[in-house]
Amino acid sequence: MVMATKMEAIQAGRTSTKVMTMIQAINQGLRTMLEADETTILLGEDIGKNGGVFRATEGLQDDFGEERVVDTPLSESGIIGASVGLAVNGFKPVAEMQFMGFVYPAYDQIMTHVSRLRMKTMGRFSVPMVVRTPYGAGIRAPEIHSDSAEALFTHMPGIKVVCPSNPYDAKGLLIAAIEDPDPVIFMEPMRSYRATRGDVPEEKYTVEIGKGALLEEGTDLTVIAWGAMIPLAQKAAKAAAQLGIHCDVLDLRTLYPLDLDLIASSVQKTGRVVIVHEAQRTGGLGNDIISSINDTCFLHLRAPIGRVTGFDVPVPFFALEEHYLPTVKRITQQIESVYRF
Amino acid sequence: MEASFPMKQIMDEEGRLVDPSYQEQIDEKLVQQLHYHMLRIRTFDRKAISLQRQGRIGTYPPFEGQEACQVGSALALGEGDWVFPTYRDHGATLTFGADMVRMFLYWNGRQEGCVAPPGKHIFPAAVPIATQILHAVGASWAEKRKGTDRVAIAYFGDGATSEGDFHEGLNFASVFQTPTILFNQNNGYAISVPIERQMNSKTIAQKSVAYGMPGIRIDGNDCFAVYFETKRAVEAAREGNGPTLIEAVTWRTGAHTTADDPTKYRPSGKGKDIVDPLVRLERFMKNDGYWDEQAVKTLQDKLNDEVETAVKGMAEFPAPNPEDLFDHVFAVLPPQLQEQKEFYLEFLKG
Repeated sequence: MVMATKMEAIQAGRTSTKVMTMIQAINQGLRTMLEADETTILLGEDIGKNGGVFRATEGLQDDFGEERVVDTPLSESGIIGASVGLAVNGFKPVAEMQFMGFVYPAYDQIMTHVSRLRMKTMGRFSVPMVVRTPYGAGIRAPEIHSDSAEALFTHMPGIKVVCPSNPYDAKGLLIAAIEDPDPVIFMEPMRSYRATRGDVPEEKYTVEIGKGALLEEGTDLTVIAWGAMIPLAQKAAKAAAQLGIHCDVLDLRTLYPLDLDLIASSVQKTGRVVIVHEAQRTGGLGNDIISSINDTCFLHLRAPIGRVTGFDVPVPFFALEEHYLPTVKRITQQIESVYRF
Repeated sequence: MEASFPMKQIMDEEGRLVDPSYQEQIDEKLVQQLHYHMLRIRTFDRKAISLQRQGRIGTYPPFEGQEACQVGSALALGEGDWVFPTYRDHGATLTFGADMVRMFLYWNGRQEGCVAPPGKHIFPAAVPIATQILHAVGASWAEKRKGTDRVAIAYFGDGATSEGDFHEGLNFASVFQTPTILFNQNNGYAISVPIERQMNSKTIAQKSVAYGMPGIRIDGNDCFAVYFETKRAVEAAREGNGPTLIEAVTWRTGAHTTADDPTKYRPSGKGKDIVDPLVRLERFMKNDGYWDEQAVKTLQDKLNDEVETAVKGMAEFPAPNPEDLFDHVFAVLPPQLQEQKEFYLEFLKG
């Protein structure tokens, strides 16, 4: 078994690490950048005094002041639109959308300006901005608090989309996102905020945007997932191993641009694929992954590609969310079915 | 409420000063500057319409009738200030220092038209209505954070006041006391919808009350009122007194764009009594001894030459480069985009 993220830390020879949850790692990533770069500015609803509804920004306003950790009006388009102005004028805004289902009022600003300002001004103006947003179902949250809208943004040109699954990647990718010269949507799997723990170096480090990780190594089938689906994919891979099916588990980590080389190298080896995402199936990112496999691995495939996804329905009220979300059982069954094709 | 926001006028329709307290500040230099720029952008605007009719540029939104708004406000700004225009504010950006060749390029579908001259803080024209208000708030907020005295001006029309971003923008500006000039040109129509169908309030200026910021209603066809009131708002912003909402009441003489016919939605005769802002300034100049028939003729010839040269500059500009389709989307091209680019360039070779 290869733990890619841990390996990176070991290879880098880091000694000062601490076990933390993902939410702590995100907090530390923000702190690191507030310390390292005085142009970093945090904006969002309830991120200051309250430290964020998930405590991602806890303590940061106390340490960096109201000017750099800004409690904004309840105004998503306002936050993103004002961040565009800050970004073109020398600041690096890290804007929090309280839940991904709350990003829609800001969609216009992201689609019509954030994504295309660099192109239309041929580089004269750019928008180095990060939009942090907790996403996903599974924590019995109220309506609209559980959406997983990555495909809206992977479809949007000019935007990078990142989604860590563990504390190490969360901090490293967040720092990379803040340092990136272009806009990054940073999706945080809220059900993993406190459910995942791991070693996180205390120093500043980055995880490269655009690179996935091979979390588990097998020979028979490739499971592709990201974010909150990773722990489920890993459990399903373990269950499949009991049945004699050995899986590669890929954590994409970046959803745009996809790590096509990693996907191709794994699928060319295994010839079988199961893609797992909690967003709705139609128009989902899984379909782009299938297209890329079609381009690079057509003659290597030994079975039709399987998908375990949310259904083509609005993310339901939480009483039904366990039926909407992929489960270990559904994934394991799909692995078996693809394997036995 | 309307009574709290009377329309401020410095010069009336006959070109007479109605507020003599401005007598001293209105000097030869200012008068000639206002006249020069208003005549210049009108020459540009009329040429652009004619180019569109000949199929030499794309759809074009004329600003005729709004020259006093655009020139008066742009001249009230300082060199390092920020300008956030809509698609009908190229009169303002030309006055502020945008390049005329690039302006024609923009209306000819070229992204090169969005590239402001070095050092000029001119944003590309916002097409999505009211969105640019927030950008102006953000950019001026950044200036405040940096401790400079620079300001940003956001241009927007009457229709924009119905959009969410107008309200979010004014709210942000007032909460954070950003040095922002919120410059509304109320030209009576948002494409075909008249102002009385756009809102139930009598003025746009009164909306400032809701945001706890100063608001003023001015005669937008009076270049002096526009210039001095914008200057007052700019100075207040520079001194740390936050944003101002200015409603400049004006009139769009022509169509929304070259693609519509205003006779379809504007009652005939409506607006006919409005004195053109350039005519009004000319009346003032004649009344007050600033008018020199020969000098104006010479100026018009000079402006015609400038515009013709810019048209030539547009025509002779290097052809669109297909690589520009890909190269500016990100700072560094992601591999899949690089692949798409290589594929397409190879395809073009035949």
